[in-house]
Amino acid sequence: MSDVPPFPAEPASSPVPAFVPARAAALTDGEWHRLHPASPLLRGGFALIAVLGAVVANLRERLISIFIPRFDEGGDPIDYVIDNGFVIQALLVLLVLLVVFIGGFYLSWRMHTFRITDEVVEERSGILFRTNRKARLDRIQGINIVRPFFARLFGAARLEINQAGHNGNLRLAYLGSSAADDLRRDILRLASGTHSASSPAAQPDAVALGAQGLLDRRVGELLAPELDPHLAPPESVVKIHLGRLVGSMVFSESTLILVLLLIGGGIWIATTGKFFALFFALPSIFGFVSFYARRFTKSLRYTIAGTPDGVRVGYGLFSTSNETLPPGRIHSVQVRQSLLWRPAGWWEVRVNVASHSSNKGADGRANTTILPVGNFDDAARVVALVLPGFELPNFVNVGPEDGFTNSPRRAAWLRPFSWRRNGFATAPDWLLLRRGAIWRQLVVVPQPRLQSVAVAQGPVLRLLGLADVHLHTVSGPIRAELGALDVDVATGFFALVAQNAVSSAQRDTSHRWRSGEAPA
Amino acid sequence: MSNRLELADVTWRRVSPKLVWVELTATAIVLLISIAVGVGFWWLQAWVPMAIVAVFAIGTLVNLVITPRRVRSIGYQLRDDDLLFRRGIMWQRFVAVPYGRMQLIDINRGPVARLLGQSELKFVTAAAAAGVTLPGLLAADADELRDRLVSLAESRRAGL
Repeated sequence: MSDVPPFPAEPASSPVPAFVPARAAALTDGEWHRLHPASPLLRGGFALIAVLGAVVANLRERLISIFIPRFDEGGDPIDYVIDNGFVIQALLVLLVLLVVFIGGFYLSWRMHTFRITDEVVEERSGILFRTNRKARLDRIQGINIVRPFFARLFGAARLEINQAGHNGNLRLAYLGSSAADDLRRDILRLASGTHSASSPAAQPDAVALGAQGLLDRRVGELLAPELDPHLAPPESVVKIHLGRLVGSMVFSESTLILVLLLIGGGIWIATTGKFFALFFALPSIFGFVSFYARRFTKSLRYTIAGTPDGVRVGYGLFSTSNETLPPGRIHSVQVRQSLLWRPAGWWEVRVNVASHSSNKGADGRANTTILPVGNFDDAARVVALVLPGFELPNFVNVGPEDGFTNSPRRAAWLRPFSWRRNGFATAPDWLLLRRGAIWRQLVVVPQPRLQSVAVAQGPVLRLLGLADVHLHTVSGPIRAELGALDVDVATGFFALVAQNAVSSAQRDTSHRWRSGEAPA
Repeated sequence: MSNRLELADVTWRRVSPKLVWVELTATAIVLLISIAVGVGFWWLQAWVPMAIVAVFAIGTLVNLVITPRRVRSIGYQLRDDDLLFRRGIMWQRFVAVPYGRMQLIDINRGPVARLLGQSELKFVTAAAAAGVTLPGLLAADADELRDRLVSLAESRRAGL
């Protein structure tokens, strides 16, 4: 980036196409653009044709006898058409149908346009009912590139721009695979408020890539690693070995439920002798098998790496998705471990984010599990990626010098196992909540992301002189709450957090995360 | 009473005492309905449902009795950068919401509250759990407070 000449003020409002790779520059010039021409087919056209084909194949005789009562059964419809001299009419009907379908597809493709300006990404679509959707660049919560298996074969990808709120995502389906990568990089660059143009290093290789044959390129795209090597170190920060992945699934809560169900069912059958009960068990067994299979294939090619514009998490074997979360979009992080994982020392990392990608992540849940399984070092590396500047402390050990303000002894009435490790710690920008003895966990809330804070007390807690603290973040799998703290400690924590929440939110500039960078 | 939650250096602004009547009306209606249902079950000699309804009615009656105290426990303070809110006697709750975090502010008005010229302000942040509603404000005060908070939120707006 050092070889880019300085340019005048207001960089955000003056795009510099000369420094942007040609293909992406064509998309981010602020004009309206169309999607990949095969989009309508990929988005459901093939399914429609397949359904129509199946219907026609199965009901052919029936359909014909409805429309042409005189048609004698047993004959081939094509013979009938030729014998009766209806060739012209039949071809015409076929032609009209084709024209209607192709025209519809063409129109929907033609009417579906998008543009990227310096402030917003905007999308227009629909033939009869027009919709127009805008995403402000500084409010983008994440950009996800999804490649369903079928689209992958055609070298196409879906770009999802995630915004806060329910169903607030802007989906560009479909784009060319490499165009999607370039577009994401350039949208993130525009959104970051950076003063430097994108690195020109990507260009020579892009040219080399273009020189190859079409087939080679398709194969290359299909087999390419999840991450664009120009943007991120190609290797993932964390690798999940096959054995660990299988182990983490075997020693999971769902396996526990399965085993309990099997034992219960076995006892029931053994005592009553009703073997037909097995038939009722079949659907749930299928459910479990598909659950494990889905989770396994999704997590199989897990990658995570840091880029200048945020963390990139990739998943998936056949259908892949990989999402970039810009800095400052993580509202809380949880590192947790169940009792079953403790002998192996495995941890899981989950996050709360304001948006929810429509594409499911590992194990079919929303994309909130950013490390399905890893040892403590892996977890620390992932946490350092999602919370730049934060170092995961060793929160496993308990003691007077462990750095956490823990519950008093009388909290053992309510937290018999975990009262020693039920506590919080504060850092200038982070709030750390540690809790749980069976499910050990640490919740980290970046203070600039905190929405509000509450302290509460019910009658039982009052009797013991304890209180609960709730940190309110956007909704997600993590609840940032801590129960059974000493009353005075809890109110002190409440006052401190309420004060810090305001000041740290004012200091925060992560909605334009690179605006502080000096012009290169 | 040192076990109670108390915050130092806070002078609470109380809501309008007339809110008691709004709350009393709502609770009394629930009580009347449950008594009517209970009498119905008694007439039908359905003792188990009647007992359940009776327990519910007694709970509502207790609620009715402590309503004045509950309303008095609601308080708020507009600090420099955030809104501090409290409510509850048995289940106490204190919430601090920075102005910059408020995404929108609703004004609600029920039928009885409207008769007494009262409004309820509801604050919505990006977190679903915060749930701060400030009842028992005079309608004019509520409008003014809303406008002031909206402008404060606008001037201190931070990202999500």
